[in-house]
Amino acid sequence: MRGTQMINLLGRRYIFFAISLLIIVPGLVLAIVGGLRLSVDFTGGTLIEFDLNPAPLPQPAEVIAIYNRLGIEDVQVQTTGEDSLIARSSFLDDETRAALLADIEAEFNQSPNVLRFDSVGPTVGREVATRALFAVGVAAFIVVIYITFAFRGIPHALRYGICAIIAMIHDVALVISLGAIGGYLWGWQIDALFLTALLTVIGFSVQDKIVVFDRIRENSNIYKKLPFETLVNHSIIQTLQRSINTQLMTVEFMLLALALFGGVTLREFAVILLVGLFSGTYSSIFIAAPVLVVWENHEWKTWFRRGKSEEALA
Amino acid sequence: MCLGFLIRGRQHDCEKFWEFYNPLDREYNALARQPLAGICTNRRTYLLSRQLQKLLVIFFIVIIAVWIDLPNNPGIHLGSYNREIETRLGLDLRGGVQALLEADLPQGESVDAEKMGTARTIVENRVNGLGVTEAVVQIAGDRRIVVELPGIDDPEAAIRTIQQTGLLEFVDMGDTPLPEGTRVQTDFSAAGVASPLSSTPVSPTPQPTPTVQASPSPEAVLHTVMTGDVLDTVEVALDDLGNYVIQFTLTSEGADVFADYTTSHVNQILGIVLDKTVISAPRIDEPITEGEGIIRGSFTAESANALAIQLRYGSLPIPLKVVESRTIGPTLGQDSLNKSLVALAVGFVIVILFMALYYRLPGIVADIAIIIYALITFALFKYIPVTLTLPGIAGFMLSTGSALDANILIFERLKEELRAGRPLMQAVDLAWKRAWPSIRDSNIATLITCGILYWFGSSFGATIVKGFSVTLALGVSVSLFTALVVSRTFLALVLGFFQDKSQARWFGI
Repeated sequence: MRGTQMINLLGRRYIFFAISLLIIVPGLVLAIVGGLRLSVDFTGGTLIEFDLNPAPLPQPAEVIAIYNRLGIEDVQVQTTGEDSLIARSSFLDDETRAALLADIEAEFNQSPNVLRFDSVGPTVGREVATRALFAVGVAAFIVVIYITFAFRGIPHALRYGICAIIAMIHDVALVISLGAIGGYLWGWQIDALFLTALLTVIGFSVQDKIVVFDRIRENSNIYKKLPFETLVNHSIIQTLQRSINTQLMTVEFMLLALALFGGVTLREFAVILLVGLFSGTYSSIFIAAPVLVVWENHEWKTWFRRGKSEEALA
Repeated sequence: MCLGFLIRGRQHDCEKFWEFYNPLDREYNALARQPLAGICTNRRTYLLSRQLQKLLVIFFIVIIAVWIDLPNNPGIHLGSYNREIETRLGLDLRGGVQALLEADLPQGESVDAEKMGTARTIVENRVNGLGVTEAVVQIAGDRRIVVELPGIDDPEAAIRTIQQTGLLEFVDMGDTPLPEGTRVQTDFSAAGVASPLSSTPVSPTPQPTPTVQASPSPEAVLHTVMTGDVLDTVEVALDDLGNYVIQFTLTSEGADVFADYTTSHVNQILGIVLDKTVISAPRIDEPITEGEGIIRGSFTAESANALAIQLRYGSLPIPLKVVESRTIGPTLGQDSLNKSLVALAVGFVIVILFMALYYRLPGIVADIAIIIYALITFALFKYIPVTLTLPGIAGFMLSTGSALDANILIFERLKEELRAGRPLMQAVDLAWKRAWPSIRDSNIATLITCGILYWFGSSFGATIVKGFSVTLALGVSVSLFTALVVSRTFLALVLGFFQDKSQARWFGI
């Protein structure tokens, strides 16, 4: 403590919790009520992206009509920003697909140029999603064990691991919430690339938590007499510059470049990463560390007793 | 000259050492216990020669990495060790077809690993028969096979070839050949092959019955003499008259069955049926007792080859179905590649500029370290080789982030120590020592996550997850090396040129 005036970030911890909930809850409600717009990667089905170069792109309605003539009713067609059409439908076998392409060619006098064709059986898609969830769960569990081991020198080592995972779940919830809102507003789909973004956020989030926690670990050994809350606040302030700079480097610079130059497919990916990785840094400071303090003070005992909780917050 | 500066600078540090002793500080206590002050000069000279050694090692590694990174690397050819070195791009970046095949057996039934292995080899052979280079055929989990066919022009044909589940049978057709393409029924059921659970495995080769059958019609159930897995070799050849024929040899087990059968069925038709469809109906001209024979027909070179491939790779020990297929057109792949490369380059340049402007001298050192990091990581990708996909590039970007983070952690620490008034060399030492636990623990947590994701990705054929975890893990490992060895060595060498007075300007405080 070099006598500099410390900003008291931790004192406002319930405000930060509220801000996070304010963003996460509406998205999750939307996801539960409206359902996430899952892509064929997870629901099973067929996606065909094509253009008719050099002929002009047909209207989506015309393409839907062709699908309907083949007896496929559940088709959605949308234009991408890059002069191609994406048609999503239930699972098409090879014969139906060939018939479809032949019909498109007959209709527009131009053989379609297939840019992308994804066909996923219904069981496979579901399996990937559930197994991914399982893998993340196992990873989280082992990370908790590792953090407990790495922090064994200071009291309550297990708390650090659990708080890191709580904050990680916060980031995941935020990304899913964003996916739901994006799906509602701009037709985003939860696809394999979204899963990649989510994995990236998870990896980054845990890494970032440990850096902040490391400072708490170091300070707890040096300033043994200091109240825990002051100690944590001090540690956050000390790592703040690093948090900002790392965030600038990995997120703002790299991903803004990806969002601006990466084309339409990558733009959605980049935006999700931008928000998710920002959340990764945010939650280290405003979720993970404050939850440690809440745990240390056992603050839940006073949550429902108004008078005392005001006192505890002050 | 360099040496002189360094020793003088460090001696100066030693003199100041005790002024900044802080009894609260564990690190300082540890440092103070070392017999440092007295033998300062010798120790520093020793450290310096260590730095020069490290510099040489780094230099050597960079040379190798740059050599591997060269676009037209000739590969390594040392005696029997041959290795081509080239950048391998995933399907999403170069276009191609990916298919996920699954054993077509009831869900609960376990699948024999050995048979899956055989099926994989057969699919691989079929794919290679198509002339696809760099095809990947891998087993994923216990009942799936991932097939990746990069850069092919005709995805439909490729998928058809893979999809041919290809149960090859030799059937008794009596006296009348059935035309090619006729759908037939046989008395050999696929269930016979597909029940690895039964304690006594059903022989895939039913014993021939000598009874003479009635002349078959497409409705009749034809008797299966044997299945394709008794075939040993199949080759296309030219006979004396210059016609294309197919020569085949049988396994010893098949030879016996074949000898018995052909002896008693001369002049009858032994139909060749693939997936219950007649592909050829040759007549038995003479008994075949030596376990080798010839199929004649009006073949062209192409049709003879096609039949040979079907015979050779026709019979799968386990029926497979395509549960997922993805095709990415080459233009879309190229487009994604170009765009992500531009994005990567732009991002990289901005980051390098920021580091240099914000952290000044250490920032420039970190920039060199980051460039070395990129060179080594890319060299590893090429050498191993790691197939680069969009998720793979995301993993690489994230690991670049953690390489930067390691440097930022150290430099923020360095600034703290310098602000606290510690002399330069000592501040550098302390910054590294104190930043290390956080770098170590955070990166190990990332590596743990990578390991689990890799296991998940390879078990379930989720290539996205696998590509991501491989590049991230490699990148993180390299970043640990560059932050701890490269940045540190370079900074230690460069520091010799600076007096403490110039700190503020050069260290961005």
